[in-house]
Amino acid sequence: MRLTCPLCGPRDRREFYYYGAEDYLDRPAPDAAPQAWDDYLHNRDNPAGVTRDLWYHDMGCSSWLAVTRNTVTHEILAVEAVADRKGGAA
Amino acid sequence: MTRKGQSCVPELIAKSALAGHAPLTRLDTTLAEGLATPIISIAPFPGRMAQVDAVFAPLALAFPAPGRQSVSGDRRLVWTGRDQAFLIGSVAPDGLTDHAAVTDQTDGWAILTLHGPAATDALMRPVPMDLRAHAFPVGHTARVALNHMQAILIRTGIESFEILVFRSMARTAWSELAEALELLAARARIA
Repeated sequence: MRLTCPLCGPRDRREFYYYGAEDYLDRPAPDAAPQAWDDYLHNRDNPAGVTRDLWYHDMGCSSWLAVTRNTVTHEILAVEAVADRKGGAA
Repeated sequence: MTRKGQSCVPELIAKSALAGHAPLTRLDTTLAEGLATPIISIAPFPGRMAQVDAVFAPLALAFPAPGRQSVSGDRRLVWTGRDQAFLIGSVAPDGLTDHAAVTDQTDGWAILTLHGPAATDALMRPVPMDLRAHAFPVGHTARVALNHMQAILIRTGIESFEILVFRSMARTAWSELAEALELLAARARIA
Protein backbone atom coordinates (compact mmCIF):
# COMPACT_ATOMS: atom_id res chain seq x y z
CA MET A 1 0.00 0.00 0.00
CA ARG A 2 1.24 3.45 -0.87
CA LEU A 3 0.03 6.93 -0.07
CA THR A 4 0.91 9.86 -2.31
CA CYS A 5 1.92 12.60 0.10
CA PRO A 6 1.21 16.06 -1.39
CA LEU A 7 4.76 17.13 -0.46
CA CYS A 8 6.84 13.94 -0.70
CA GLY A 9 5.18 12.02 -3.52
CA PRO A 10 4.30 8.29 -3.48
CA ARG A 11 5.59 6.66 -0.30
CA ASP A 12 5.41 3.31 1.42
CA ARG A 13 2.73 2.71 4.04
CA ARG A 14 5.46 2.12 6.68
CA GLU A 15 6.24 5.85 6.67
CA PHE A 16 2.73 6.75 7.86
CA TYR A 17 0.90 6.55 11.15
CA TYR A 18 -2.86 5.94 11.17
CA TYR A 19 -4.80 8.21 13.49
CA GLY A 20 -8.49 7.45 12.92
CA ALA A 21 -11.62 8.72 11.23
CA GLU A 22 -11.70 12.18 9.66
CA ASP A 23 -14.43 12.99 12.25
CA TYR A 24 -11.60 14.09 14.53
CA LEU A 25 -11.25 17.27 12.43
CA ASP A 26 -14.80 18.39 13.27
CA ARG A 27 -14.55 19.14 16.95
CA PRO A 28 -17.84 20.37 18.45
CA ALA A 29 -18.06 23.77 20.15
CA PRO A 30 -17.20 23.64 23.87
CA ASP A 31 -20.86 24.23 24.77
CA ALA A 32 -22.27 21.77 22.24
CA ALA A 33 -24.88 19.26 23.34
CA PRO A 34 -23.64 16.03 25.00
CA GLN A 35 -24.89 14.06 21.98
CA ALA A 36 -22.53 16.01 19.69
CA TRP A 37 -19.58 15.20 21.97
CA ASP A 38 -20.67 11.57 22.21
CA ASP A 39 -20.70 11.37 18.40
CA TYR A 40 -17.34 13.11 18.15
CA LEU A 41 -15.59 10.90 20.66
CA HIS A 42 -17.20 7.50 20.23
CA ASN A 43 -19.56 6.99 17.31
CA ARG A 44 -18.04 5.99 13.98
CA ASP A 45 -19.41 4.70 10.71
CA ASN A 46 -17.91 1.46 9.47
CA PRO A 47 -18.59 1.70 5.75
CA ALA A 48 -18.03 -1.01 3.18
CA GLY A 49 -16.83 1.40 0.53
CA VAL A 50 -15.44 4.92 0.53
CA THR A 51 -14.22 6.27 3.86
CA ARG A 52 -12.03 9.15 4.95
CA ASP A 53 -9.45 9.05 7.68
CA LEU A 54 -6.39 10.81 9.08
CA TRP A 55 -2.79 9.76 8.62
CA TYR A 56 0.44 11.32 9.80
CA HIS A 57 3.60 11.24 7.69
CA ASP A 58 5.84 10.62 10.67
CA MET A 59 8.81 9.14 8.80
CA GLY A 60 8.54 11.88 6.19
CA CYS A 61 7.53 15.52 6.10
CA SER A 62 5.42 15.56 9.31
CA SER A 63 2.20 16.48 7.49
CA TRP A 64 -1.24 15.49 8.70
CA LEU A 65 -3.12 13.98 5.76
CA ALA A 66 -6.79 13.35 5.02
CA VAL A 67 -6.97 10.13 3.02
CA THR A 68 -9.99 9.00 0.99
CA ARG A 69 -9.93 5.25 0.44
CA ASN A 70 -12.20 2.35 -0.42
CA THR A 71 -12.38 -0.35 2.24
CA VAL A 72 -13.70 -2.90 -0.28
CA THR A 73 -11.23 -2.45 -3.14
CA HIS A 74 -8.37 -0.97 -1.05
CA GLU A 75 -8.03 1.85 -3.58
CA ILE A 76 -6.54 5.10 -2.34
CA LEU A 77 -8.73 7.73 -4.00
CA ALA A 78 -7.27 10.99 -2.67
CA VAL A 79 -4.66 12.29 -0.23
CA GLU A 80 -4.76 15.91 0.85
CA ALA A 81 -2.88 17.90 3.47
CA VAL A 82 -5.06 18.86 6.42
CA ALA A 83 -3.17 22.19 6.55
CA ASP A 84 -4.43 23.04 3.04
CA ARG A 85 -8.07 22.79 4.08
CA LYS A 86 -10.07 25.90 4.80
CA GLY A 87 -9.26 26.86 8.37
CA GLY A 88 -6.11 24.70 8.45
CA ALA A 89 -2.72 26.01 9.57
CA ALA A 90 -1.31 28.30 6.88
CA MET B 1 40.49 20.89 33.65
CA THR B 2 38.62 23.53 31.69
CA ARG B 3 37.46 26.69 33.36
CA LYS B 4 33.67 27.22 33.20
CA GLY B 5 32.21 30.19 35.08
CA GLN B 6 33.32 30.01 38.71
CA SER B 7 34.37 26.38 38.57
CA CYS B 8 36.13 23.86 36.40
CA VAL B 9 34.90 20.90 34.40
CA PRO B 10 36.96 17.97 33.12
CA GLU B 11 38.71 18.47 29.79
CA LEU B 12 36.04 17.71 27.19
CA ILE B 13 36.93 15.86 24.02
CA ALA B 14 34.88 16.68 20.91
CA LYS B 15 34.15 13.45 19.06
CA SER B 16 32.17 12.99 15.88
CA ALA B 17 29.18 10.65 15.96
CA LEU B 18 31.04 7.94 14.06
CA ALA B 19 34.53 8.42 15.46
CA GLY B 20 36.36 5.10 15.17
CA HIS B 21 34.58 3.91 12.04
CA ALA B 22 37.07 3.75 9.18
CA PRO B 23 35.49 4.12 5.73
CA LEU B 24 34.11 0.84 4.38
CA THR B 25 34.55 0.04 0.68
CA ARG B 26 32.74 -2.76 -1.14
CA LEU B 27 32.11 -2.96 -4.90
CA ASP B 28 34.11 0.28 -5.32
CA THR B 29 31.47 1.96 -3.19
CA THR B 30 32.50 3.71 0.00
CA LEU B 31 30.51 4.31 3.15
CA ALA B 32 32.09 7.09 5.23
CA GLU B 33 31.29 9.72 7.79
CA GLY B 34 30.57 13.17 6.36
CA LEU B 35 32.48 16.25 7.46
CA ALA B 36 31.23 17.92 10.63
CA THR B 37 29.43 21.13 9.72
CA PRO B 38 26.89 23.47 11.34
CA ILE B 39 23.26 22.33 10.95
CA ILE B 40 20.57 24.89 11.76
CA SER B 41 16.83 24.15 11.56
CA ILE B 42 14.80 26.97 9.98
CA ALA B 43 11.01 26.84 10.38
CA PRO B 44 9.42 30.05 8.98
CA PHE B 45 6.52 31.45 10.99
CA PRO B 46 3.17 31.35 9.10
CA GLY B 47 3.09 33.97 6.34
CA ARG B 48 6.74 35.02 6.73
CA MET B 49 8.28 33.16 3.81
CA ALA B 50 9.00 36.38 1.88
CA GLN B 51 10.85 37.87 4.86
CA VAL B 52 12.85 34.66 5.34
CA ASP B 53 13.86 34.71 1.67
CA ALA B 54 14.87 38.37 2.03
CA VAL B 55 17.21 37.47 4.90
CA PHE B 56 18.77 34.69 2.84
CA ALA B 57 19.05 36.74 -0.38
CA PRO B 58 22.51 38.22 0.48
CA LEU B 59 23.79 34.63 0.90
CA ALA B 60 22.39 33.75 -2.53
CA LEU B 61 20.07 31.18 -0.89
CA ALA B 62 16.29 30.80 -1.01
CA PHE B 63 13.90 28.61 1.00
CA PRO B 64 13.66 25.39 -1.02
CA ALA B 65 10.56 23.75 -2.47
CA PRO B 66 9.63 20.33 -1.06
CA GLY B 67 12.25 17.72 -1.96
CA ARG B 68 14.76 20.31 -3.18
CA GLN B 69 17.71 22.30 -1.90
CA SER B 70 19.21 25.73 -2.47
CA VAL B 71 23.00 25.76 -2.80
CA SER B 72 25.51 28.60 -2.68
CA GLY B 73 29.16 27.55 -2.38
CA ASP B 74 29.58 25.51 0.81
CA ARG B 75 26.23 26.69 2.19
CA ARG B 76 23.01 24.81 1.59
CA LEU B 77 19.37 25.15 2.53
CA VAL B 78 17.96 21.62 2.45
CA TRP B 79 14.21 20.94 2.62
CA THR B 80 13.54 18.64 5.59
CA GLY B 81 9.79 18.72 6.11
CA ARG B 82 6.62 20.75 5.94
CA ASP B 83 7.66 24.41 6.38
CA GLN B 84 11.12 23.36 7.57
CA ALA B 85 14.62 23.43 6.06
CA PHE B 86 18.11 22.83 7.42
CA LEU B 87 20.82 25.40 6.84
CA ILE B 88 23.95 23.27 6.45
CA GLY B 89 27.46 24.72 6.41
CA SER B 90 26.71 28.13 7.89
CA VAL B 91 25.51 29.76 11.07
CA ALA B 92 22.11 31.46 10.93
CA PRO B 93 22.18 34.93 9.33
CA ASP B 94 21.24 37.95 11.44
CA GLY B 95 17.58 38.92 11.55
CA LEU B 96 16.29 35.42 10.87
CA THR B 97 14.85 34.83 14.35
CA ASP B 98 12.26 37.59 13.74
CA HIS B 99 10.67 35.52 10.99
CA ALA B 100 11.41 31.88 11.75
CA ALA B 101 11.99 29.41 14.55
CA VAL B 102 15.74 28.82 14.45
CA THR B 103 17.40 25.97 16.36
CA ASP B 104 20.98 24.78 16.26
CA GLN B 105 20.91 21.03 15.59
CA THR B 106 24.60 20.59 14.79
CA ASP B 107 25.11 18.05 17.57
CA GLY B 108 21.81 16.28 16.92
CA TRP B 109 22.58 14.72 13.57
CA ALA B 110 25.15 12.37 12.11
CA ILE B 111 26.12 12.68 8.46
CA LEU B 112 27.02 9.59 6.44
CA THR B 113 28.15 9.57 2.83
CA LEU B 114 27.77 6.78 0.32
CA HIS B 115 29.64 7.06 -2.97
CA GLY B 116 30.18 4.61 -5.78
CA PRO B 117 28.49 2.49 -8.46
CA ALA B 118 26.57 0.38 -5.90
CA ALA B 119 25.42 3.35 -3.80
CA THR B 120 21.89 3.53 -5.24
CA ASP B 121 21.27 -0.22 -4.99
CA ALA B 122 22.64 -0.40 -1.44
CA LEU B 123 20.55 2.53 -0.26
CA MET B 124 17.38 1.19 -1.85
CA ARG B 125 17.52 -1.85 0.42
CA PRO B 126 16.79 -0.05 3.71
CA VAL B 127 14.99 2.93 2.08
CA PRO B 128 11.50 2.16 0.68
CA MET B 129 11.73 4.68 -2.14
CA ASP B 130 12.70 4.69 -5.81
CA LEU B 131 16.20 6.22 -5.76
CA ARG B 132 17.14 5.53 -9.37
CA ALA B 133 18.55 8.65 -11.00
CA HIS B 134 15.48 9.36 -13.12
CA ALA B 135 13.16 9.20 -10.09
CA PHE B 136 15.49 10.92 -7.59
CA PRO B 137 17.86 13.16 -9.61
CA VAL B 138 21.00 14.93 -8.42
CA GLY B 139 20.19 17.77 -6.03
CA HIS B 140 16.92 16.26 -4.84
CA THR B 141 16.35 15.68 -1.13
CA ALA B 142 13.88 13.51 0.77
CA ARG B 143 12.69 12.96 4.27
CA VAL B 144 12.41 9.22 4.30
CA ALA B 145 12.58 6.05 6.40
CA LEU B 146 15.89 4.18 6.61
CA ASN B 147 14.53 0.96 8.07
CA HIS B 148 13.09 2.18 11.40
CA MET B 149 15.05 5.47 11.40
CA GLN B 150 13.86 8.86 10.25
CA ALA B 151 16.47 10.05 7.78
CA ILE B 152 17.20 12.93 5.47
CA LEU B 153 18.56 11.94 2.09
CA ILE B 154 20.38 14.21 -0.34
CA ARG B 155 21.57 13.08 -3.74
CA THR B 156 24.87 14.92 -4.20
CA GLY B 157 25.86 13.16 -7.42
CA ILE B 158 24.80 10.39 -9.80
CA GLU B 159 26.55 7.88 -7.52
CA SER B 160 26.73 9.94 -4.32
CA PHE B 161 24.39 10.40 -1.40
CA GLU B 162 24.45 12.12 1.94
CA ILE B 163 22.38 10.51 4.67
CA LEU B 164 21.49 12.37 7.86
CA VAL B 165 20.17 10.46 10.86
CA PHE B 166 19.64 11.32 14.50
CA ARG B 167 23.05 11.24 16.16
CA SER B 168 21.85 8.61 18.65
CA MET B 169 21.23 6.27 15.71
CA ALA B 170 24.49 6.90 13.86
CA ARG B 171 25.99 3.49 14.55
CA THR B 172 22.76 1.68 13.73
CA ALA B 173 22.53 3.53 10.41
CA TRP B 174 26.15 2.67 9.68
CA SER B 175 25.49 -0.97 10.48
CA GLU B 176 22.40 -1.14 8.25
CA LEU B 177 24.16 0.50 5.29
CA ALA B 178 27.30 -1.61 5.79
CA GLU B 179 25.14 -4.74 5.80
CA ALA B 180 23.45 -3.67 2.56
CA LEU B 181 26.86 -3.17 0.93
CA GLU B 182 28.17 -6.50 2.23
CA LEU B 183 25.09 -8.27 0.93
CA LEU B 184 25.45 -6.82 -2.57
CA ALA B 185 29.16 -7.67 -2.54
CA ALA B 186 28.46 -11.26 -1.46
CA ARG B 187 25.87 -11.64 -4.18
CA ALA B 188 28.34 -10.28 -6.77
CA ARG B 189 30.95 -12.84 -5.67
CA ILE B 190 28.72 -15.84 -6.41
CA ALA B 191 27.15 -14.40 -9.57
